Amino acid sequence: MDWGAIFGNAAVELISPTTAAYALAALGLAVHFGYTGLLNFGQAGFMALGAYGYAISILTFGFPVWGAFLVGVGASIVFALILGVPTLRLRADYLAIVTIAAAEIVRLLFTTNTFASVTGSANGLSGYKNEFAALNPLAPGRYGFGPFENNAYDTWLRIVAWSIVILAALLVWQIMRSPWGRVIKGIREDEDAVRALGKNVYAYKMQSLILGGVFGTIAGMIFALPRAVVPSNYQTTLTFFIYAILLLGGAATVLGPIIGSMIFWVLLSFFSGFVARAVEAGWLPFMTTVQGGQLRFILVGVAIMLIVIFRPQGIFGNKKELAFVR
Amino acid sequence: MSASAIPHDSSAPLEPPVPTQKPIKTTGLHIGDAVPGCRKVDPILVVDNVRRTFGGLTAVDVEHVEVPRGAITALIGPNGAGKTTLFNLLTGFDKPDAGKWTFEGRSLSGVPAYKVARMGQIRTFQLTKALGLLTVMDNMLLGAKEQVGENLFRALLPFLWRNQEADNRVKALDLLTRFKLDAKKDDYAASLSGGQRKLLEMARALMSDPTLVMLDEPMAGVNPALTQSLLDHILNLKSQGMTVLFVEHDMHMVRHIADWVIVMAEGKVVAEGDPHEVMKDPAVIDAYLGQHHDEDIGEDSESETEHVSAVKELLDDER
Amino acid sequence: MLAILLLSLLTALTMATFSVSSANADEVGTEYDYTITGNVQFNGDALDGVAIALNGNGYRADTVTDADGKWAIGVPEKGTYKVTLDEDTLPDGVIVAKGGNVIEAEFGLTNRKSVNFFLGEGTRNTVNFFDQFVNRFVNGLNFGLLLALAAIGVSLIFGTTGLSNFAHAEMITFGALAALVLSVNLGLPIWLAILIAVVLSGGLGFGLDAVIWKPLRRKGVAVIPLMIVSIGLSLALRYLYQYFFGGSTSQLPGAGMRDLQFGPVSLSPIDLASMGISIVVLLAVAYFLLRTRIGKATRAVSDNPSLASASGIDVDNVIRIVWVVGAALAGLSGVLWAYFRPGVSWDMGFQMLLLVFAAVTLGGLGTAFGALVGSIIVGLFVELSTLWLPSDMKIVGALVILILVLLFRPQGILGRKERIG
Repeated sequence: MDWGAIFGNAAVELISPTTAAYALAALGLAVHFGYTGLLNFGQAGFMALGAYGYAISILTFGFPVWGAFLVGVGASIVFALILGVPTLRLRADYLAIVTIAAAEIVRLLFTTNTFASVTGSANGLSGYKNEFAALNPLAPGRYGFGPFENNAYDTWLRIVAWSIVILAALLVWQIMRSPWGRVIKGIREDEDAVRALGKNVYAYKMQSLILGGVFGTIAGMIFALPRAVVPSNYQTTLTFFIYAILLLGGAATVLGPIIGSMIFWVLLSFFSGFVARAVEAGWLPFMTTVQGGQLRFILVGVAIMLIVIFRPQGIFGNKKELAFVR
Repeated sequence: MSASAIPHDSSAPLEPPVPTQKPIKTTGLHIGDAVPGCRKVDPILVVDNVRRTFGGLTAVDVEHVEVPRGAITALIGPNGAGKTTLFNLLTGFDKPDAGKWTFEGRSLSGVPAYKVARMGQIRTFQLTKALGLLTVMDNMLLGAKEQVGENLFRALLPFLWRNQEADNRVKALDLLTRFKLDAKKDDYAASLSGGQRKLLEMARALMSDPTLVMLDEPMAGVNPALTQSLLDHILNLKSQGMTVLFVEHDMHMVRHIADWVIVMAEGKVVAEGDPHEVMKDPAVIDAYLGQHHDEDIGEDSESETEHVSAVKELLDDER
Repeated sequence: MLAILLLSLLTALTMATFSVSSANADEVGTEYDYTITGNVQFNGDALDGVAIALNGNGYRADTVTDADGKWAIGVPEKGTYKVTLDEDTLPDGVIVAKGGNVIEAEFGLTNRKSVNFFLGEGTRNTVNFFDQFVNRFVNGLNFGLLLALAAIGVSLIFGTTGLSNFAHAEMITFGALAALVLSVNLGLPIWLAILIAVVLSGGLGFGLDAVIWKPLRRKGVAVIPLMIVSIGLSLALRYLYQYFFGGSTSQLPGAGMRDLQFGPVSLSPIDLASMGISIVVLLAVAYFLLRTRIGKATRAVSDNPSLASASGIDVDNVIRIVWVVGAALAGLSGVLWAYFRPGVSWDMGFQMLLLVFAAVTLGGLGTAFGALVGSIIVGLFVELSTLWLPSDMKIVGALVILILVLLFRPQGILGRKERIG
């Protein structure tokens, strides 16, 4: 049993760019669901727009990194507007289903053969990393220590990714302490009360949708940079995992999405590492390694159920402020 | 948590709550006879031909009604008369099938609820909407108008809204003290009693200095100790120059503080006038009691027979 | 009793994972670690000389089936590849009957992925627009009817408990998996297998309500947390199925029957049976809801639970019945879906779930008849839209209709509005 490798691989997840991407997407969802009470189940769609927006801008249109970034963010805002118009007047349950539908439409548009020349259809896109790598101020070499050692590109990616996460966290923290945040929290609990006090509820919900959506889109870009953009990554299950992270950490908190993402990935990695080696070592004769991988996700599902029943405020949340348990 | 309960002897009729000072009634509000739809000397709200149907049922069908400025008007009527529906229509929470109405001379038809509130017409709700997940102070601050910090971009720069927030805080504390809720300012509103939440809702409504305050059953669910205080606050609104329109079932309260009464039944306005006169109007008695019209309502205990008080209790229970 | 049934089902499912075929076929790309393989057969005969082409992730390869009908292509990375069967190389009278001759293969967690083309008798011919329209229309009806079986359960569960049940997907899959194990692994005649599968599905619904949903209702858990619980449950069950059943697709017996021609419409006997069964069952459900006492109570509770309770209806009992019937219908829907796709896989219910929700939302959450209307509309749109849209976008049409309807009628077609104040 190579415990060193198991723990090492798990520890690495603490700062991996995937963890950062999920943390950022969860932060966006915190704005939507935790603070505003919008049941947005289409966060995967926002992430897909970010990943594809960035990749297509670089590959097909030859934009520089900043241009590609802005294209992604722009697409996100447009998507939020299109999504918001029909959905923000709907009840929570309807909103959930329509947002899933919208995200699936986005994914299917990226998967279809019709646009294959631009989107790569089911195969996706790759080969867009060079422009980002070119911005790297670090000299080639290895940085870090122990299991946290990485080459220059990976280190640069981590620095950028986590800087964005921290900036986003500060932004959310500040804005939720302001009068704007107060209106949002009021809307979460009772829209009509807020409306009766002279606030344009629809506009606030739209702003929240756009803000959280932009976070999701940037998360999608960060997610795509260490790997290829493949449409099958952006299915509804992705949104469900982000909800799992959000609920674990605390839906209406700033630290929750970040710590939740770290815990999620560390545990997932630890578990799969452990089970894989246990099966190899013959400790679990009734299981194959493949099944070990599936067991992880069974446990994620069970964990979601347990968290929402027994500790819906998550790790950092405040039970007195929880709106969705009414 | 409720305030100290007044011992309630269920066999004796309850003492009707009275305001601490004798209210000075405003008179001379109407022009001509006190009939449904009569014109007022100085109307703040004018309603014309408003109709609202649900499926086949006509909930509201008001030909003409005017609400006088600077006075306390009560909107009464049996359950299902259309009072809350009318409230919803006037404040933009519902769309009528037809009709128009003006507030301070400005047309309100088609104006969404939040804009109506900004124009100076604030309403409260039958089922109180004090935001339990926010603190009492946050509830109050939410009520203030034209807040710079409520803009998404300016919110990020605290120096732009710090001062205004501090001013609002002072005003809120002042109002909370008047309503005796200041000790609870940092508690979550969910920890307040039902009656305290009603007071909070009223205090919050005052944060924006409204012109017209519309109260939907302010006494509902409030324990007797607090009704006195509520009555005083409503009278205070008038003394500060605001107009009040409230829906109520409690006839004693209506008689005590209302300057003008509008009676609705089955969606229409069936009577208007001075509280004492209106109670004797046969149309009103019919509306409430149907064939038991030889019994009087709202009079003091000696003429109350058992089934009239039973009917009154039923009217209260039906909420 | 239930425990014994579930235990035997679990054992059967475990046995199902041992039916794996692996062979060394005509191999291309042997230098790579990952392989996509297949076995081209028709009516038990291996077909050799059939051309298979593969492309994806910047890699192309092709091969030809060997004497055993087997083929294998090695690929450089795990990802998604398009595998195309050249129909011109099939013997006369054999075509790709269902699912198309291009299949997207996506690796699961293993290094091998198998791809199966669905062959049937027939000749390829081009058809005029009207004939295509009628054909698609009938197929859309077929799909809409089986969708309705699942949708009614979702709508009634929502109406009576307020829960948007994401785990309905797994109740659908359960029916198909049960039927598969009973018929293929245990060798029961298919009609019996389906019957038992439906009964077992009802049992699953009963169990879920007793163990999870009723205690949560008692605890007073609100509607949104309940929905999230159903999402977690859905995830757990789905991977549980994959744990026991693997990532591959299997077929129910009789899935490859030849189409019959009725004028412009070509349907297999299975399609006819499917529609017939759907219609009969839906009529039975309608009768139940409209004419029986319990059915009326169900509609009352679905419309307004507190009012129904105040009128003396045993709401808990009604809810229990709704779960059993809803789950049984979902199981049946799963079996029919398995014949329609065709194929039984661990995530087949999940693939259908969005359309089920679209149908229910379109028709109005909480009404059974709304679910039926919504399902037919969604089914028709999905199939008819292929006349204009590329077939890999056919779901998009239905989803867009959903969004448009909600724009103008937020409560759905037969749903009802809510009052404020």
